[in-house]
Amino acid sequence: MPDTISNMWTIIKNRLQQGYRTQAFPPREPLPVPFRGRPVIDPARCQSGCQACANACPTHALTTHPLTIDLGRCLFCQDCVAACPDGAITYSQDYRLAASRREDLRLRDAEIPKVHRLEEQMRTLFGRSLKLRAVCAGSCNGCDLELQALNNVVFDLSRFGIQCVASPRHADGLIITGPVTTRMRLALEKTFAAVPDPKIVIAIGACAINGGPFEGSPAVCNGADAVIPVDLYIPGCPPHPLTILDGFLRLLGRLKDR
Amino acid sequence: MNALGVCLANGVPAALDTVPCVDVAAWRQWIIETCKGSTGRIVALFADAHGDRVRLYAIIGMDLQHELWLAATEVCARALHYPSLTPDLPEAHWFERELYEESGVVPQGHPWLKPLRTDRPYPFYRVDGEGIHEVAVGPVHAGIIEPGHFRFQCHGEKIFHLEIQLGYQHRGVESLLLQAPPARRAILAESIAGDTVIGHMLAHAHVVEQLAGRAIPARAEGLRVIALELERLANHVGDLGMLSADIGFLTAANYFGRLRGEFLNLLMALTGNRYGRSFIRPGGVLLDLSRTEIAAFQKRLTRSAKEVQAVARLFFSATSVLDRLEQTGIVETTAAQALGLVGPAARASGLHRDVRHDYPTGDYRSSPFPLVRLTTGDVYARARIRGLEVQHALDFLQRRLKSLPQEKIFLACGAAQPSAIIVSLVEGWRGEIAHVAITDRGGAFTRYKIVDPSFHNWMGLQIAMRGGQISDFPLCNKSFNLSYAGHDL
Repeated sequence: MPDTISNMWTIIKNRLQQGYRTQAFPPREPLPVPFRGRPVIDPARCQSGCQACANACPTHALTTHPLTIDLGRCLFCQDCVAACPDGAITYSQDYRLAASRREDLRLRDAEIPKVHRLEEQMRTLFGRSLKLRAVCAGSCNGCDLELQALNNVVFDLSRFGIQCVASPRHADGLIITGPVTTRMRLALEKTFAAVPDPKIVIAIGACAINGGPFEGSPAVCNGADAVIPVDLYIPGCPPHPLTILDGFLRLLGRLKDR
Repeated sequence: MNALGVCLANGVPAALDTVPCVDVAAWRQWIIETCKGSTGRIVALFADAHGDRVRLYAIIGMDLQHELWLAATEVCARALHYPSLTPDLPEAHWFERELYEESGVVPQGHPWLKPLRTDRPYPFYRVDGEGIHEVAVGPVHAGIIEPGHFRFQCHGEKIFHLEIQLGYQHRGVESLLLQAPPARRAILAESIAGDTVIGHMLAHAHVVEQLAGRAIPARAEGLRVIALELERLANHVGDLGMLSADIGFLTAANYFGRLRGEFLNLLMALTGNRYGRSFIRPGGVLLDLSRTEIAAFQKRLTRSAKEVQAVARLFFSATSVLDRLEQTGIVETTAAQALGLVGPAARASGLHRDVRHDYPTGDYRSSPFPLVRLTTGDVYARARIRGLEVQHALDFLQRRLKSLPQEKIFLACGAAQPSAIIVSLVEGWRGEIAHVAITDRGGAFTRYKIVDPSFHNWMGLQIAMRGGQISDFPLCNKSFNLSYAGHDL
């Protein structure tokens, strides 16, 4: 009995020490340097004729004339920044990266990709309660870990009425991570079919958008939209939990337009 | 030892022509004798095809002597087979299945030559009898985790046999690595397993640097081990949180979960990414810490250390926790030895295995790391090992941050040594990561073999469940927390 009391006392003491740790969203302070958020292009600084950044990019995310960066391909490494002789590409600390359409992920300046909120009827259904089923289809586990982190006390996803559920039959949509390996294709198709209509699909991470580092491998399908239709693309390698959260909430029309 | 093999050091290349190619029977005999007396174990076993011959390489770790031995043999394309090692040496089991799948060389007499990564029909082992039932789980699981298929043969709650079928995550990493330019290779190495970015990248960087004969500045070495130990901290603390969640001790689950994030954020302060991507590159590291940043880093680390210790005390002293963890999912020392387990899972079963201790490179040579070992081999031991390693990693980080030398952080690498083989080992948070590379006459990679620690340990989980309760599976699974992506490549 004294043991139980001392255990309880330790738990209470710990609870007091831990305090309240849930972060406000949108966060009150920007993410700290050297966090690599949305890359910003300064077209004025880009000298014509130079291909250095495009040649340095390991995933062909950059094209020139005009200088364009494809966030769906970008792995947020530092190769282009180091290669550019004029400093035309820099990383901002902005975590907002999501877009509804694949082509909206191609940036030419300091713009923020667009998310079109769901239409009225879908928002009535999902706006305050969205249940998602996560399918890992060949990801390295990075994006999945950030999805898990979204459920910790700091990001506390469920306070927004969004939850990851165990069965596709309980879900309003799917989250897909990974390039979709040929071995996971059938499982993904079946899981998608098991979600009742109307449903949404969210692709998280460079792999699920375009194949990421594995693009071109015969063992992968180069992204989720090669297999099923996608409603929201959330870039990153892996995307920060705030990036994912921002994408979810903008899709539901729950953030004010900037 | 003898003339059959050649002795290598961790991360030091050897010329291919110094590797003797011996007769198949002698090669097989040598491997079995070296491993049987519990002095050696298989670090890697793979095939490399060239022309009409396939060469088989075995890399054996003699942990107590701190020696790596390499022996090779050849089989002819017209007769692609050799007598299997597995009947005499169970730890060869998965290696030989992989070798068969990758090269077509048949290990004759292998008792369990089932697919490892491809989707050929998979014949599951079945137990028959009154009241026996089968439980099939996956590849899509209930939680946010990677895909794999688990097949339980049960009688009521009791598990007679568990078989795990993997390969759903196979992306073709090894073959992509051979074709890719150097910048893409680094990104691939960082994407082998997303929770072991630093560990795998470090092993890859050592391969490229040592083949180019490039010595790394001491400051870069220091920053690299700081990143590696932070990765260990984040994952170990996260695992303790998952274990807490699985036994319903939500208080500790929430605290550990948040603290895992603190260590990821520290890794972000060092590397710009919560998992340490694009930080280590062959030649050094890409970002440095200023003096003020180091001071801030130490302060945050001290605070988190205190909080982790408090939660760990809470977790490991609660009788309800101990009751669930103790005597659950036992892997005996002899079984761990026979299966060739590595990392915390091996050390929890009483084995002396830690690359930082046995084959140290870089900073681990100058500041030795204490090896933590327990003997009970249950979930408790695997959890406790993590708790103890967290403590050592925290001490190590504080020491290392105090004494970073002032130096450059990056020096570019030149061309790779032609016709060479190199073995690069790193103790990741899950255990031994091995990268083996072979270069051709032009210095290009012709073979790149990756062995994630999970590859050694998946069989351990299956054995740990024998005779256990099916409701203990999630707990047991988390106590191993193996990588699917790292295994499937």
